[in-house]
Amino acid sequence: MPILWLRVALGCYAFGLLYALVALSRSSELLGKIALHAAYLGMLFHFVALAEEMGLSHQITVTSVHNAESVLAFLIMVAFMLVYLVYKTTSPGIVVFPVVFLLTFVAATGEQPFVFMNPASRGGWLLVHIVLIFTGYAALVLSFGASLVYLIQEHMLKAKKSAGMLSRLPALEVIDEISFRSLLLGFPFMTLGLLAGTVVAQITFGRVDFLDPKILLSILMWLVYLLLVYTRWNAGWRGRRAAYLAAGAFVAAVVAWSANYFSTIHRFVQS
Amino acid sequence: MNLQLIGVNHTTAPVEVRERLAIPESRLPEALRQLAQHPGVEEALILCTCNRVELLARTRNGSADLRGFLGAYFHLEPAQLDPHLYHLRENEAVRHLFRVAASLDSMVVGEAQILGQVKEAYATARAVGAVNSQLDLLLTRAFAVAKRVRTETAVGSSAVSIASVAVELAKKIFGTLQGKHVYLVGAGKMSELAARHLQAHGAASIFVANRTYERAVQLAARFHGEAIRFSEIYNTCDQADIVITSTGAPVAIFRRSHGEMFLSRRKNRPMFFIDIAVPRDVDPEMNKVDGIFVYDIDDLQQAVSLHVADRKKEAERAEEIINTEVERFQSRLQTLEVVPTIVSLQDHLETIRQAEIDRVRGRLGPLSPEQELAVEALTRGIINKIMHTPISTLKTAARDSEATTVVDLVRRLFNLQDRKAKSGSGPGERG
Repeated sequence: MPILWLRVALGCYAFGLLYALVALSRSSELLGKIALHAAYLGMLFHFVALAEEMGLSHQITVTSVHNAESVLAFLIMVAFMLVYLVYKTTSPGIVVFPVVFLLTFVAATGEQPFVFMNPASRGGWLLVHIVLIFTGYAALVLSFGASLVYLIQEHMLKAKKSAGMLSRLPALEVIDEISFRSLLLGFPFMTLGLLAGTVVAQITFGRVDFLDPKILLSILMWLVYLLLVYTRWNAGWRGRRAAYLAAGAFVAAVVAWSANYFSTIHRFVQS
Repeated sequence: MNLQLIGVNHTTAPVEVRERLAIPESRLPEALRQLAQHPGVEEALILCTCNRVELLARTRNGSADLRGFLGAYFHLEPAQLDPHLYHLRENEAVRHLFRVAASLDSMVVGEAQILGQVKEAYATARAVGAVNSQLDLLLTRAFAVAKRVRTETAVGSSAVSIASVAVELAKKIFGTLQGKHVYLVGAGKMSELAARHLQAHGAASIFVANRTYERAVQLAARFHGEAIRFSEIYNTCDQADIVITSTGAPVAIFRRSHGEMFLSRRKNRPMFFIDIAVPRDVDPEMNKVDGIFVYDIDDLQQAVSLHVADRKKEAERAEEIINTEVERFQSRLQTLEVVPTIVSLQDHLETIRQAEIDRVRGRLGPLSPEQELAVEALTRGIINKIMHTPISTLKTAARDSEATTVVDLVRRLFNLQDRKAKSGSGPGERG
């Protein structure tokens, strides 16, 4: 059943994906509204899917890679909705919807390759680690999305194209604020999440294996994130340069994520 | 009436061309004098705003080479001018002038400034003595038409001025104008208007820099703002989020390097330059600096053109008014030029007829009432038959550019002298 609900949610998110694709060429207020309502509905089904999954497995931790992707997608949607409630803009959706769709798609259709068998996984620290890191990821995705929207809006203003999307996108400074705030909010989550990870490692293995690719990449991603926050805070970098950095952090995050497949520690099946 | 109008405006010529054709206010009287003395020109008017440069002239037989004058005055080759120039005659020139005065041809349709500018152009031309009878009539009519359009349609009332477009763009960049600083470089009317709009939308403080410091102080006082010495602009400009430039400087005041300097001082917070000066005060290269947005007057027009669509209906009504007014003016001219000629022609022939009948009556002796009527009918009939073609020719001629020629010809053929002065279209009447 959870898979079914997840697939229904995926169908709802598909509207968001459509909105994102169409928005690249022109603006449609109607489609934006449909995408938003579909997203509400999708989140509802998504939540049901997650709750049921956890109910089935009688545990509150994440039990598989795909389950984790599903949780991440859900958290990103939550962050997106928070931004919507504060700023009344769906523009970050241009990036957020495709990412969420992709994550949910993989979670809903993929095989279940790695099942978390480690008994330590049921520990509370692991849950803390995962939730914090995922919240950080969600913030990063949102910030990256906002950066791209910033670039679009900046380009429109520079090219003096007042028609179409420009009239719908939020003001440049507002986009910048969304990007920067989600970046700032995400940073402590990411940092604490990594710290929680070391605690988990200490408990499970008695040491932290810094040479593990996943951990290396995570640290790299954290450094890029730190750089991003620093340049934005100190030099006021925004626009193109901020977007490049956010893209860098995003890529690092994706690579760190995919490192699940190479890492010995994060292998959900013990080798 | 042998009216000719040539010019460029914001739709036919880019700002680069318009700035080459700009005539500074101080040199306008001299330019007018030159134009008035140009071969074939009887009366002349020059309208020069930041969006248009137009020469209007009543010419002798439509022969004046206004394009040649323009080329010679600005030392431009015809090839440089021709692609941008419009050349209108007679009714089309009248229509154009009406549309300009009524602000239908403006970059910001319905803005009120243009009427004032036309009035100023007219006052200058009068002061120089470049206009008299006919252009007087035309311009007076144009002002009346502008007033009619303004009162009878909503074109003026909902006018989206350049100022409010600037406000909208500023909001697209900054979100809110609360707490934003506005910096005026040059204390022109237009920039004052823009600043007023920005302030009404919450802009925090206004700085004014002007070459004449006293003028800056005066303007700043009106906004409760701060006057700044012109020499200080590069040191202080980075404090502003929105910069409005409107100086008469012949070269750009702000270059790309300035923009980069401002931005690094501002920690990359964006800046919005609104350049309403022609020639431009801000180097277009500046727009390429990350975080700086430069809109010149042409760009503002593009943004405005969206609003024009909203007011299309009102504009159509205004165009109808213009159409009827052009016709009315034309029939008025007809009255002025042709009717007196027809009347004096009829008077002239009637006098001849009466004189001939009186002369013949002496020889024939008293006539019976029937005979009297027969003679009367006969002579009238002959005159009416003969007169039919000339009069209808005159009436037709009044509708096109031949009027003066035909009127002159008829007057000369019949040696008509009286009522002539009123039409003012004869040779050798220039004032």
